Amino acid sequence: MSKMMSSSVIDQTSSLSISSQNILSNGTIVDFSVGSMPANYGYDESFSKEDDEEDSNEESSQFKPRILIMGLRKSGKTSIKNVVFHKMEPNETLLLDPTTKTNLEDISCCSFITFQVYDCSGQIDLFNDPTCDYIALLKGCGSLIFVIDAQDEDQYTDAISCLTQTIFKGYNINRGIKFEVFIHKVDGFPDEKKMDIYNEIQQRANEMLIQQDATESLIQKIYLNYHLTSIYDHSIFEAFSKVVHKLIPQHRQLERLLDFLCNSCGLERAFLFDVASKIFIASDCISPLDTQLYELCCDKIDLVLDISNIYAPKDVEGISADDSSYTCVKLNNELYLYMKQVDKFLAFVCVIRDEIFVENRGIMDYNLTLFKDSIKDILSAQKTVSQDQSVNNQNNTNSSEPDTSNMANNILGNF
Amino acid sequence: MRKKVLLMGKSGSGKTSMRSIIFANYIARDTKRLGATIDVEQSYVRFLGNLVLNLWDCGGQEAFMEHYFTAQRDNIFRNVEVLIYVFDVESREFEKDIHYYQSCLESITQQSPHAKIFVLIHKMDLIREDQREAIFKAKEEELKNYSRPLDCHCFQSSIWDETLYKAWSQIVHKLILNAPQLEKNLHDFAEAIEADEILLFEKTTFLVVSHCLKKEHSDLQRFEKISNIIKQFKLSCSKCDTSFQSVEIKNGNYTIIIDLFTPNTYIMVIISDPRITPALTNYNIKYAQKHFENLETSQEQRT
Repeated sequence: MSKMMSSSVIDQTSSLSISSQNILSNGTIVDFSVGSMPANYGYDESFSKEDDEEDSNEESSQFKPRILIMGLRKSGKTSIKNVVFHKMEPNETLLLDPTTKTNLEDISCCSFITFQVYDCSGQIDLFNDPTCDYIALLKGCGSLIFVIDAQDEDQYTDAISCLTQTIFKGYNINRGIKFEVFIHKVDGFPDEKKMDIYNEIQQRANEMLIQQDATESLIQKIYLNYHLTSIYDHSIFEAFSKVVHKLIPQHRQLERLLDFLCNSCGLERAFLFDVASKIFIASDCISPLDTQLYELCCDKIDLVLDISNIYAPKDVEGISADDSSYTCVKLNNELYLYMKQVDKFLAFVCVIRDEIFVENRGIMDYNLTLFKDSIKDILSAQKTVSQDQSVNNQNNTNSSEPDTSNMANNILGNF
Repeated sequence: MRKKVLLMGKSGSGKTSMRSIIFANYIARDTKRLGATIDVEQSYVRFLGNLVLNLWDCGGQEAFMEHYFTAQRDNIFRNVEVLIYVFDVESREFEKDIHYYQSCLESITQQSPHAKIFVLIHKMDLIREDQREAIFKAKEEELKNYSRPLDCHCFQSSIWDETLYKAWSQIVHKLILNAPQLEKNLHDFAEAIEADEILLFEKTTFLVVSHCLKKEHSDLQRFEKISNIIKQFKLSCSKCDTSFQSVEIKNGNYTIIIDLFTPNTYIMVIISDPRITPALTNYNIKYAQKHFENLETSQEQRT
């Protein structure tokens, strides 16, 4: 058994270090699946050149992926932004005023995911507005989220035609944009009705796209994805998580790390959460995402944050990330929810069976410290890449590769 | 041992919503679905094992109210331990409300003179935050005047925050017979395990039943906040067909352990001494369980 284990450890080691080399050998992200950012992040040449002159404080801003939230008015864009990123209670969003002008906001939810959210006013037609430079906006955009109000059936046609127009304009300016459609406000509908609406909107949008498509091949090239969402449950967080996954270059790497951890520690499920917004940055791929478990983990994070806020001493913010801190919730069905803070913004949450946890707690904690170090390595590698890229826009020299092989080698055995 | 609790107030003041949230695991949003209560709805709620709260949720529509003071008077107002009267803070008919309130007090004085009276100024979330304290104090003054010679305790509440838990915790606390004994035992326990604070919650409602403070804390609203937080988590667990048994939070500043204690209570222990490991505290809690369980059963046997 142990011999088998050591050979599989070596296999994993080699595959992990190969992929890390892929990230860094030429300073650009190549060979990375899941539609990560193209070589120069979709910014055009002039944009990145002018950043050479900016000082190092500003250099990170050029690498922030941008998310645009668009949609007709009253579709729910500002509510979504507030609920996900500003911890607003869903029922408080009823008090929000309509957005009159487009807001840009910098969300720095964790060390390597900093992105900008553009909350576009539904009242302004973005493309016809002379004050709005939509070309620059779309050029730097990584994902475009179009929000459709599912409860307003009369507006479906308008919404879908606006969506089609946006897709065409957007694709022409920037081929790399990923279009995500949030079919929003579905909390009032029963499940069959939700599926009906989903299918209807998808069908109608496809029809319209094909109709208006001059080249007739556009629809295959566009990345278009639909999600059913509502701010009253966790579906909006899940949908947003999936959108953010595609903007993080290291996403695949993180998933593999989590897979590896799950396999060696016997975890049922593992997530890497951004604590402030409850978006999960990565999760293991061993089984399809179980929404219930995700919700449970979200609620657990809420519980811990709320209680910590009451009892934390005044100068300490949030949860501490040192090695001996942890949070553990025991459930009645023999599952434990175990959470450890990875750094100031990220938390590792896993679901693990009773027996396994109790017996192998110490080993798991040790593995988790290695895991934390790996994440930090990935993080600092990314920073080095950005720094190199701003100094020298052409091919860079190899910066230090994260030693994920170290983690793989040292992770202790299979349980 | 049954204690009769009367829940009265005008129609639409929020009585059934409150009851559903505290005792029936509704979340605040679900209460929108509730309709007007017809006549009197009686429910029996088991609290702390030996205590059964016989909750009389009296429909507040005028026809019923008139009935209560005439034909049904004996039936309703006899043997009452606690009267909870709910005022809607936004009501435009304050005079009428007071009239009914005083009729209740009259009947109580006649039928159950030893009943404790609680007044809840409800729906405080509809008032702007900076005005709440002032409005509440004003109403409290008025009501205390109207209640003379009886003594009444006033609380502000809203189903949308933790004030609901505060009001009901206090109400229920007055119904627990062995409260002082429980507190003394908790105090001894806290001394023994060097805890900063220990809270005892009732199992289903998560109302704070008893607490012991060794170290002062600035946030005076924390009990009800914690009740609210844990209750929310409990509800989300039940959506996933499970429920939580214990929570352990450890970091450099404090250790918090919430665990099932006796068959009817949960205990929450807060320790800020970093040298005491959670394992030790868990062991102590398990060991003390027996003692507190005996307390409960002896209480049950006595009544």
